[in-house]
Amino acid sequence: MLTLCKGEFSVERDDDRCIRCLVCVRQCPFDVHKYDEEEDRIYSDESKCVGCQRCATLCPTDAITIRYEPMEMKENANWKTYHLTNIYKQAETGGVLLTGMGNDKPYPIYWDHILLNASQVTNPSIDPLREPMELRTYLGRRPDLLDIEDGDELILKTEISPQLKLELPVMFSAMSYGAISLNAVKSLARAAAIAGTYYNTGEGGLHKDLYKYGKNTIVQCASGRFGISPDYLNAGSAIEIKIGQGAKPGIGGHLPGEKVLEEISETRMIAEGTDALSPAPHHDIYSIEDLRQLIFALKETTAYEKPVGVKIAAVHNSAAISSGMVRAGADFIVLDGLRGGTGAAPLVTRDNVGIPIELALASVDQRLREEGIRNKASLIVAGGIRSSSDVIKAIALGADAVYIGTAALVALGCHLCQKCYTGKCAWGIATQDPYLTKRLNPEIGTRRLVNLLKAWSNEMKELIGGMGINAIESLRGNRLQLRGVGLTDTEYRILGILPAGE
Amino acid sequence: MQKIAYKKDISGCAVSGILNTNGKKINGRYIIRSIANMHDRSNGLGGGFAAYGIYPSYKEYYAFHLMFDDLNARERCEEFLDKNFLIEKDEDIPTRKINTTADPPILRRYFLEPREEKLNKISEDDFVIREVMKINSDIEGSYVFSSGKNMGAFKAVGFPEDVGNFYRLEEYKAETWIAHGRFPTNTPGWWGGAHPFALLDYSIVHNGEISSYGINKRYLEMFGYRCTLLTDTEVVAYLFDLLVRRHKLPMKIACKALAPPFWDEIDRMPEKEKKVMKTIRTVYGSSLVNGPFSIILGFKDGMLALNDRIKLRPLIAATKKDFLMVSSEEAGIREICKEPDKIWSPKAGEPVIGLIGKGVVEEG
Repeated sequence: MLTLCKGEFSVERDDDRCIRCLVCVRQCPFDVHKYDEEEDRIYSDESKCVGCQRCATLCPTDAITIRYEPMEMKENANWKTYHLTNIYKQAETGGVLLTGMGNDKPYPIYWDHILLNASQVTNPSIDPLREPMELRTYLGRRPDLLDIEDGDELILKTEISPQLKLELPVMFSAMSYGAISLNAVKSLARAAAIAGTYYNTGEGGLHKDLYKYGKNTIVQCASGRFGISPDYLNAGSAIEIKIGQGAKPGIGGHLPGEKVLEEISETRMIAEGTDALSPAPHHDIYSIEDLRQLIFALKETTAYEKPVGVKIAAVHNSAAISSGMVRAGADFIVLDGLRGGTGAAPLVTRDNVGIPIELALASVDQRLREEGIRNKASLIVAGGIRSSSDVIKAIALGADAVYIGTAALVALGCHLCQKCYTGKCAWGIATQDPYLTKRLNPEIGTRRLVNLLKAWSNEMKELIGGMGINAIESLRGNRLQLRGVGLTDTEYRILGILPAGE
Repeated sequence: MQKIAYKKDISGCAVSGILNTNGKKINGRYIIRSIANMHDRSNGLGGGFAAYGIYPSYKEYYAFHLMFDDLNARERCEEFLDKNFLIEKDEDIPTRKINTTADPPILRRYFLEPREEKLNKISEDDFVIREVMKINSDIEGSYVFSSGKNMGAFKAVGFPEDVGNFYRLEEYKAETWIAHGRFPTNTPGWWGGAHPFALLDYSIVHNGEISSYGINKRYLEMFGYRCTLLTDTEVVAYLFDLLVRRHKLPMKIACKALAPPFWDEIDRMPEKEKKVMKTIRTVYGSSLVNGPFSIILGFKDGMLALNDRIKLRPLIAATKKDFLMVSSEEAGIREICKEPDKIWSPKAGEPVIGLIGKGVVEEG
C-alpha cells in the first residue's frame, strides 16, 4: 500500500565537504544513507530518517544537516499534522501506534512557572565553596519519635527501619535490561556506585555481571515477575514494587521476542525468543490489601533488612492511593508523572493519560502530612526531571529524592528521537543489536553519568546555599522558598505556593 | 491588634540571659542594664523579658499574662477562661506610665487551675496549650503571652530598657532572666509580636531568621501545632515543646535535632555515637533549624543557649561564681559583671546549659 506519510526530516548533505568516508552509511540503523559506488555518491532516503542526529554528530567534516521538516499542510487549528499522519498510519496498518520516551505534548510544565528564593541582608546566603553544604539524604520509614536515654553515654532505644543512603537526592529510574542495552545498565550501575546513589533494575531481572553493584541497586518487582528469585530480591539494597509507570499508566509492557536473546532470556528467566509480556495489573493485586500482602511477602523474603517501596503512575487519585500504600507498609513511594519516559508505549496512552508530576507531588505530600504519616514513608518523584533546578523545586515541594531516566539516557547520548520501541537505537542505548550496543562504551558512559551528577550536585549546593540553607532536609517540603508566576489560583492552592510578589 | 497583617518575622536582635545555678534571686534591674547596653541592636519596635520564680505564692497555678485590645475582648476572653479554669486570682499587671511605650493594650494576669471535668483524656499541660492556642487564634483582640507556672513574660513595643521600666521589673526577683531587644525589618509594631515567645514554662528569645521555617512549620502541623503568628520564634518554641516535653528527648539531644553536626563529622564519630546522631538526623530532619540564629531558652530548671550550626549570629557566655550569663555581645555581660571568672564563645551548634542545683552542665 502506498504510504501517504511523508518523512519528518530533511537530510542535507554538503557535497563539497563530504569525503565519502561512509560513516553515515554505517552509523544509520534506519538505512537512510546509501552509497552508490558507480556514481561515488551518497543518496539519502529522507522518509526513513528519525532525526536521531547520529550521522550529523559523527560526520567528520560536518557535511550533514538534519532538519525537522514535517509535512506542511494547509493551516488547520483542529487537524494538525500529528493527527493526519497518525490516521494515515493507522489506515495503512490497522495497528495501535507505538512510541518511545515521554509525553512531548505542550501540557503545562509547572517547574517553568516556579521560581526559587535567595537570601538578602537579613539572612546571609551561604557559600558552598567555603562552608559545608549537605545533600546527603536517607530514604525509608521513620518512627514519629525516638526514645533516647541520657546517662554517661546516650542509649538509643528505638531501632529504626532500614534506610537507603544517597549522597545526593537523585537516583536513576527503573530501566530494564531489555529495554536498554547491558552496556547502558552497566554505565548506570557503576555511576550509581561512584556517586553514592542507586540505579533501578526495572522489570528485567539482574544480569549476572551486575550482582556486584547490589549495594547501589534497587531491584524491581513488576507484574511480569521476570527474573525474580530470592537471590535477586536479596541482591539489591531495596525492592520496588512497580504498579504503574508515568508514560503508560494503566497498561502493561511488552518486550518483543526478537529482543529476547540468550542473555536476556537467562536474566529474565524466560525462553529465548518468547515475548516478555507484563500484564496491566499484578495478577495477585486487585486491591490495597493485596498490595500489603506482597509488600510483606517481599519483606519476609529479605528478612526485613531492606526497604520495600511501591511505584505508581501519577493519576487523578494519587493522594488517596499513596496514603493507602503507606498504610499498607510501603517504606517509600514513587510517583511517576505524565512526562515519564518509556521504551515503548501506545502513543494514545502516553499522550493522554496521567497528571503532571508537580501537582501529584504537591497533593500527595500535603495529604500525607494532613494524615500525620508523611514520616512513615519517603517520597520519590520521577517523570521529566530535566535539570538540577527541577530537582530543587521538587524537593521544596515535598519530595525526598527524584529519579531521573531520560536525563540519564541523554547523558549517555540519547537524542530523544523517540524510536526506542524499534530496537534500532543508533546511540547503542535502547537496543540489543550487538552492532549497535558496542557504540556505548560503559567506561565512558559511567564517566558521563558521574559528571552529570557532579555538575547537578554543585548546582544544587549553589542554589540551597543562596537560600541560606546548608542541609537538604531544610529544603524538603519548604514551599515558602518557592514562588509561582503565571498560574491560576487553583494551581497555587494545589501546589501550596504563593505567587511571586507575595 | 494586627495579628493577620503580622507576616513572617524577619529581624535582627539582641538577646541576653542570666541564671543563678543555686536558685538565688536576681533583681530585674541587672537584666535591663545588660540588654540596654546593646541598645543599637534594637530599633524600638519590640523588647521583652521572661523571669522565673517570680510568683512563689501562686506557684501551683498557671500564670496567664494576657493582652486585650479593648474591654469587649477582655469580657469575651474572661468568659472563656471562667468556663475552662478556676481563677484563683486575677489582677492588672503593674505598669508605670512612660512616654516611649505608645498605646498599651489592657494588660492582665490570671492564676489558673484547669477545671477537673475538662481534663478527661488530656494532660494538664496539653489542655493549657490547647486553650492558649484557642484564645490566640479564635478570640479576637485577646492574646496570651505567657502561660507557665511561677514565671512570666513581659513584652511591648519599644526599646527593651523602656519595656523593663514600663513593667516595673526592678520590683521582681527571679532565678532566671532572659531578655530581648528587637530590630524587625518588616513588621508593624504589635505588642504580641515582641519576644520572648512563651508557652507553658518555656520562654524563648531569638536573634535570627530561619530559612527552614517553611518545613519546620509543616512538620509541627503534623503534630497538631498551629503556627498562627508566623514568627520564627514561635516555631522554635514549639519544636522544644514537641521534642523535650512531648517526645521526652534529653535537652541536649533536642539541640542536636535543631542544630545537628555535619555528616562528615558524624562519619568520623565512634560507632555508637555515630548511630545515635545518624538516627536523630534521619528521624528529626524536618526539625533542623537552618539559617542564622542565636537563641536563649528559659525553663523552670534553668537556661539554655544555642547557636545555629555554623554560628551565623553572635553568642557569648560567661560564668562568675554560681552565675551563668549569655549575651549577643560581650558588652551585655561586662556591663553587669566587670570580671567574669570565665568568658567564652560557645561553639556552633553546641548548647550552653545551666541547671538550677546542677551548675553549668554543657559549655557549648
